[in-house]
Amino acid sequence: MRPSAARLLNILVPVKRAVDYAVKIRVNPQQTGIDLNVKHSMNPFDEIAVEEAVRLRERLKDAVQSIKVVTIGPPKAAETLRTALAMGADAAIHVELPDTAPAPEPLGVAKALRALVQKQNEEAEEGGKIDLVILGKQAIDDDAGQTGQMLAGLLGWGQATFASKVDVDPATNEAVVMREIDGGSEEIRCRLPLVVTTDLRLNEPRYASLPNIMKAKKKPLQKLAPADLGVDFTPLLETLKVTEPPTRVGGGKVANVDELVAKLKEAGFTAV
Amino acid sequence: MSMSGFTENQLTVREAVSTVCAQFPNTYWQECDQNEQDPKEFHSALAKDGWLGIALPESILGGSGLGISEATMMMQTIAESGAGMQGAQSIHANVYATQPLAKFGTKHQLESTIPNIISGKWRVCFGVTEPNAGLDTLRLSTTAKKLPEGGWEVTGQKIWITCAQVASKMILLARTTPVEKVRQPGRGLSLFCIDLDRSQPGLELKRIKKMGGRGVDANEVFFENYRIPADSLVGEEDNGFKIILHGMNAERCLLAGEALGLGYAALAKAAEYARTRVVFQRPIGMNQAIAHPLADAYMKLEGAKLATYHAARLYDESRNDPSIRQDTVGVAANSAKYMAAEAAFTACERAVLTHGGMGYAVEYDVERWFRECLVPRIAPVSREMILNYISEKVLELPRSY
Repeated sequence: MRPSAARLLNILVPVKRAVDYAVKIRVNPQQTGIDLNVKHSMNPFDEIAVEEAVRLRERLKDAVQSIKVVTIGPPKAAETLRTALAMGADAAIHVELPDTAPAPEPLGVAKALRALVQKQNEEAEEGGKIDLVILGKQAIDDDAGQTGQMLAGLLGWGQATFASKVDVDPATNEAVVMREIDGGSEEIRCRLPLVVTTDLRLNEPRYASLPNIMKAKKKPLQKLAPADLGVDFTPLLETLKVTEPPTRVGGGKVANVDELVAKLKEAGFTAV
Repeated sequence: MSMSGFTENQLTVREAVSTVCAQFPNTYWQECDQNEQDPKEFHSALAKDGWLGIALPESILGGSGLGISEATMMMQTIAESGAGMQGAQSIHANVYATQPLAKFGTKHQLESTIPNIISGKWRVCFGVTEPNAGLDTLRLSTTAKKLPEGGWEVTGQKIWITCAQVASKMILLARTTPVEKVRQPGRGLSLFCIDLDRSQPGLELKRIKKMGGRGVDANEVFFENYRIPADSLVGEEDNGFKIILHGMNAERCLLAGEALGLGYAALAKAAEYARTRVVFQRPIGMNQAIAHPLADAYMKLEGAKLATYHAARLYDESRNDPSIRQDTVGVAANSAKYMAAEAAFTACERAVLTHGGMGYAVEYDVERWFRECLVPRIAPVSREMILNYISEKVLELPRSY
């Protein structure tokens, strides 16, 4: 077998615009959802995904041919794409939804991403096909944690979820991923194409520098409508009611261990 | 603060700069202030991400091509993050003093200096004010004497030179023609970009103890036959005052932004305290004596904000639009500085009073901001001189001094 030409990686990073992690969430008066008139930013796990793609390029140099980011969301989600471009992605796709549209659910998003990957790969020339999708393990707004797994299933690709370390070797067409699992970590070897979902310890995302923010303004941002991908985002779930968690009642202070033990006994706890 | 009316660039700057500032909590600034400790980590964090080049043209390495409208937003965001005047002043001159250099410097001066300032390798200070001239800049007495063998010798005294202790460069305004020999008003002064080389004879720095922003040093600088090379001169000899004037309106805008940041920070802290502090079984913010002055401070800040970003926009537009006269920019920039400084003072004072006894404690930050908010009222031009300027230039009243 003759050695194949150096393989080129094309990475797709789906990102979501979510309520900023520092915002105190408030339920709206109608109890149909939360107050969305607050600061939004890129879902932190997606930031880690963009960072990882950029670091892969820094390590593998020209072997990473392209890093594309995609978001599905209202017009304002374009800001999130600009942030990703300023961090180092090459190009962006915005599947634009009207402001009034309900938030898409994981299955709808996964189907849209599948359609996008297939569309890109049909149009792409040899060597230009997307073979690695890196995305956050979950979004901090709905905490569903399903999109990555669904996408891998729909595409029939391998998946490496909750990654805390990613090594890709384009020459062998393989990736070695360290996964965070209960009680420790697990190292798995995967074949490309592959879906990776990122965990918190994978990396610490960089801040966009001013020169890169300026460069990002000139990078291409393509707009698509859901119809272009032939997907329907009509929700399958209905939210009945959203309520605040019950307020926690403050506990009492104990002076010493004896008093603590006495209180525990009083509450019905016994030593095993 | 209401965010409507800002441009996409301004919003991007605000977002990105506040991410950097978030690494520096109020406790960091309290320590800088209490221990008179230079916030060098903050300076290098901003330099690392290229922020010191914000107001320089793209043609200069590291320049972003943005304008004073965006730089003002950056300074406001820094002050508003809790960093206050200390944070703003630690980089202020590095953003602003490079402006005349970029416009009037030789290719060699640009290439050898500006990239090192933007990258944070060199810090720069601005040497204009003198103890015996005050705001009467044309009467500056620090002289630069041309030497027969080439180069210059500087003698004289400067005061209120921010960051001189940590700076390796100074943009210096000095007299090159004696005041009695000057034929045209506004001439006789020259601008230099010099090394602050403490190992060389004839240079002495003396730190001034001050009321607020103590992390950032302010100094008296003494020159005595201090030698500088011939190529330190920026622009034409004897034309330094004109060159400096060029940047003054920009500096007014930046200062106005810094004052606004301080005011909004104090107001946010005060409102938060008024919402949560319970006395007589109810939050103190329920009392109109607490609420109304805060509402008043908010409206004053919003008004000053509109004036500030209006002035910054005029400044930026005047660079390409000759129909915008420099007087118009001057009136707008001075008015904005005045209004923002006064609004900041109102907000900071109210914030201390809202906190009651706690407002006097370092831990609550408002006393720090209150001490600092005197700076924009005094510098770079006093409120009284602005009132004089508006009386004379806009209302056409006879000059009083």
